[in-house]
Amino acid sequence: MGVAATTPVPSTGELVESEISAFLAEHQRRSTLRFITCGSVDDGKSTLIGRLLYEANLVLDDQLSTLEVDSRKVGTRGADLDFALLVDGLQAEREQGITIDVAYRFFSTPTRQFIVADTPGHVQYTRNMATGASTADLAVILLDATKGVLAQTRRHTHLVSLMGISQVILAVNKLDLVDYDRDTFETLAADYAEFAGRIGISSVTAIPLSAVEGANLTAPSAHTAWYDGPTLLGALEAAPLAATATGGALRMPVQWVNRPDATFRGFAGQVLTGSVAPGDQVVVLPSGERSHVERVVTADGELDIASAGQAVTVTLADEIDVSRGDVICAEGERAAVSDRFGAHVVWMADSPLVPGRRYRAKIGTATIGATVARPLRALDVDHLEQVPVDTLGLNDIGEVTVTLDAPVAFDRYRDNRDLGGFILIDRLTNDTVAAGMIDAPLESRDHIHWQHLEVDSVARAELMGHRSAVVWMTGLSGAGKSTIANVLERKLHARGVHTFLLDGDNLRHGLCRDLGFAAVDRAENVRRAGDVAALMHQAGLVVIAAFISPYASERAAVREHFVPGEFCEVFVDTPLRVAAERDPKGLYARAERGELINFTGIDAPYEAPEQAEVRVDTTETSPEQAADEVIALLERNGILAR
Amino acid sequence: MTIVEARPVATRAAAKTLTHLDHLEAEAIHILREAVAESENPVMLYSIGKDSSVMLHLARKAFYPSPLPFPLLHVDTTWKFREMYEMRDRVAVTDGVELIVHRNPDAVARGINPFDDGSAVHTDIWKTEGLKQALDTHRFDVAFGGARRDEEASRAKERIFSIRSAAHRWDPKRQRPELWQLYNTRLMRDESVRVFPLSNWTELDVWLYVHREQIPVVPLYFAAPRPVVNRDGALIMVDDDRFRFAPGETPETRTVRFRTLGCYPLTGGIESSAADLDSVILEMVASTTSERQGRVIDFDGSGSMERKKREGYF
Ligand SMILES: Nc1nc2c(ncn2[C@@H]2O[C@H](COP(=O)(O)OP(=O)(O)O)[C@@H](O)[C@H]2O)c(=O)[nH]1
Repeated sequence: MGVAATTPVPSTGELVESEISAFLAEHQRRSTLRFITCGSVDDGKSTLIGRLLYEANLVLDDQLSTLEVDSRKVGTRGADLDFALLVDGLQAEREQGITIDVAYRFFSTPTRQFIVADTPGHVQYTRNMATGASTADLAVILLDATKGVLAQTRRHTHLVSLMGISQVILAVNKLDLVDYDRDTFETLAADYAEFAGRIGISSVTAIPLSAVEGANLTAPSAHTAWYDGPTLLGALEAAPLAATATGGALRMPVQWVNRPDATFRGFAGQVLTGSVAPGDQVVVLPSGERSHVERVVTADGELDIASAGQAVTVTLADEIDVSRGDVICAEGERAAVSDRFGAHVVWMADSPLVPGRRYRAKIGTATIGATVARPLRALDVDHLEQVPVDTLGLNDIGEVTVTLDAPVAFDRYRDNRDLGGFILIDRLTNDTVAAGMIDAPLESRDHIHWQHLEVDSVARAELMGHRSAVVWMTGLSGAGKSTIANVLERKLHARGVHTFLLDGDNLRHGLCRDLGFAAVDRAENVRRAGDVAALMHQAGLVVIAAFISPYASERAAVREHFVPGEFCEVFVDTPLRVAAERDPKGLYARAERGELINFTGIDAPYEAPEQAEVRVDTTETSPEQAADEVIALLERNGILAR
Repeated sequence: MTIVEARPVATRAAAKTLTHLDHLEAEAIHILREAVAESENPVMLYSIGKDSSVMLHLARKAFYPSPLPFPLLHVDTTWKFREMYEMRDRVAVTDGVELIVHRNPDAVARGINPFDDGSAVHTDIWKTEGLKQALDTHRFDVAFGGARRDEEASRAKERIFSIRSAAHRWDPKRQRPELWQLYNTRLMRDESVRVFPLSNWTELDVWLYVHREQIPVVPLYFAAPRPVVNRDGALIMVDDDRFRFAPGETPETRTVRFRTLGCYPLTGGIESSAADLDSVILEMVASTTSERQGRVIDFDGSGSMERKKREGYF
């Protein structure tokens, strides 16, 4: 948006000079407040923000004429200006009349710069609100005076508190519709304050407003003579800034190792909390190596000290191993280091959480493999209680345990948002699927050691006369996996190869009999099968595994047990139509009749492999040919002697 | 190993409180470094304007004392102001800068220009298509751009790291959530990401930073007597003899400056007496029109920028 009109401008000579220095001095003193606005659909949020910009003289001439045209075309206020149109940006949302995402807006007054994260109020609110709240110091929560404190209001407040915001402005809107009634306002304000206090919001300022009439937005309204509190803009200008992290212990995640030549090795990063000065004793986590700061380098010269928020490059006195993802900490006050922690997560993807699946976690500047373990608990947003669940879906808020591939450094979210917040990324789609807030580190699994095995794989291979491998068949039910697997095993056996056939159906009678066919169960089924295959592989066998294994993620996770060449994925590629016609077990017929649910290809997905080592088109290839192709590959990979 | 005495706490300098510009600077540096650390082949789009100048300045700071870890890319249309080319050529020979200039060969061959082809076709073929070609040819996976969220409504919702499909399209419905300072930079094959380090800057912030850091900018931003013609209220500068006059049209000299710079026949100047940086800032503070008004390409209806971006316009 625009810029506050603070100074009238006759711009000549000395006048310019004195004015510019006055303006620059004033600008220097302005603080920056980031806030988020939340409300249910139609509470009047867009109108409120639009009107606020208008009242504060922040709407520019050309924007105003666009607004006049648009108000006539698509506005909801008849002949009047529809201020909501100033802020509803994208075409799609204008047409649907809703705000679909987070929009950032900027405005300033002579004392403050504001960055507003404007987020929508409809059902999909959680994901967007969490995004906007993650960087906000304060939340403006809208309430429609004719509706009162709704479940939705409580949910917004809960989320705001979870995201670490402790100051709320309660904007009680549409007071014009209740004749600016004082009792209505005060009852609402008291109700809300009581609730907010219980969930850890320490400061609530309630303001009686009418966005449409502009009451108490920037100037006190004659309709509310009984109110002596601040206007909305006044409250925003007066809000204390979130404890600027100039206190606290040094945390500087290393972003980039700066090595222009052999004489310089600096670690570039932003000081998140605390400060850093030459001579400071520091420890690099997770390694725990210690050193002290030699220089704090910037393009504007070396610094005596760098404070929280500054982006700098530091050099250390000792040649220790430091890389991206490490955190430089104050020696005396270290961040936690572990490969496990408890956290709250907001699920942000359409596809639900799969416990046990490997995601990527990004914490600070570290990116690392991560799994979310059962049991899970999710927030029941209507009763604000934690209840046990099997998975988390879009916009669910869960309480979980996260296990990382290796220890990293982090803080509790409540102590440090930037080193206590993390995101989870899907390994296949690369989507950001969750945002997490670390509650506490948990004891790492380090104490469960691997037992060293004296007889190793080389010794076993010598005895067996071949190396071990896993042939993993994936494909639809009825694709021909078991048939090919049996032919393959017979042929290998005839050559004297030690084999074992792991069949999906057979495993489901024993090891996996507690599992059904929902996505989470299927994932767990494949994880167990993968582990069993890996054990048998260690035992020296050529394992043939035949599992539908519909999800690419789980197949990828199984693959990671093995070195390249030892794992051979065979995609038994039979079109659904053909498999359903063959229907050897009568399952497709039952699924079509609705007697089986979550049946792959019918009402559950199959993600075809893109880079299988072998692809078999069973409409063209016989089981014999397919088996021969696999054997040829095992020979090429040096598993079997030719 | 060098021994440096730990300083006693008493002589430690006082921590400083960051100003608004300090915060913006640090945020931009953080973004630049994240993108470079997590990408294979980054490039910075250099359009010669004030935003590009600021972005280049920030990049120098972010990687100091190393040289810039990426080249600059200018997607040329051959129709920029002459003073812009002079500025670009000065930047190209400064230390540590590698500048790639790309001109869409198809546009060169067809002689695409704003007079015969109109602003929409001209912009699409030279800029949108030209940019795609350059990114594809060099296989850049990250392209820094100087766009700001305050410029236009559809930009207000764009992420700082904005993913583009293999066909360079932007899907406003499939944007990744960006929380805290954690940017998900992972790409599928052939996808790329546009990164906007100045997302949270306003036009005024840019000028104040230019002032604070004494960053050189094209003199066209400052008022001077210039030959212009008035076309539907837009003051178009007659910058060279390729200009096509309408029947009866003659240039007149007016004191104008430009708030935004693009192809000269498509960029409207404003009448102003702000002949230096201080005056420009003061004029801005009192200004009543938004910056993009000078860009002719935005005039075909609100929502047009969003459409262009979906098609791959930067
Ligand atoms: N009477 C009255 N109507 C309002 C007020 N604020 C907003 N509205 C109306 O409520 C409807 C929803 O407003 P909008 O700003 O689009 O709500 P949003 O969904 O929260 O962004 C519109 O018809 C507004 O004109 C108010 O203070 N008083």
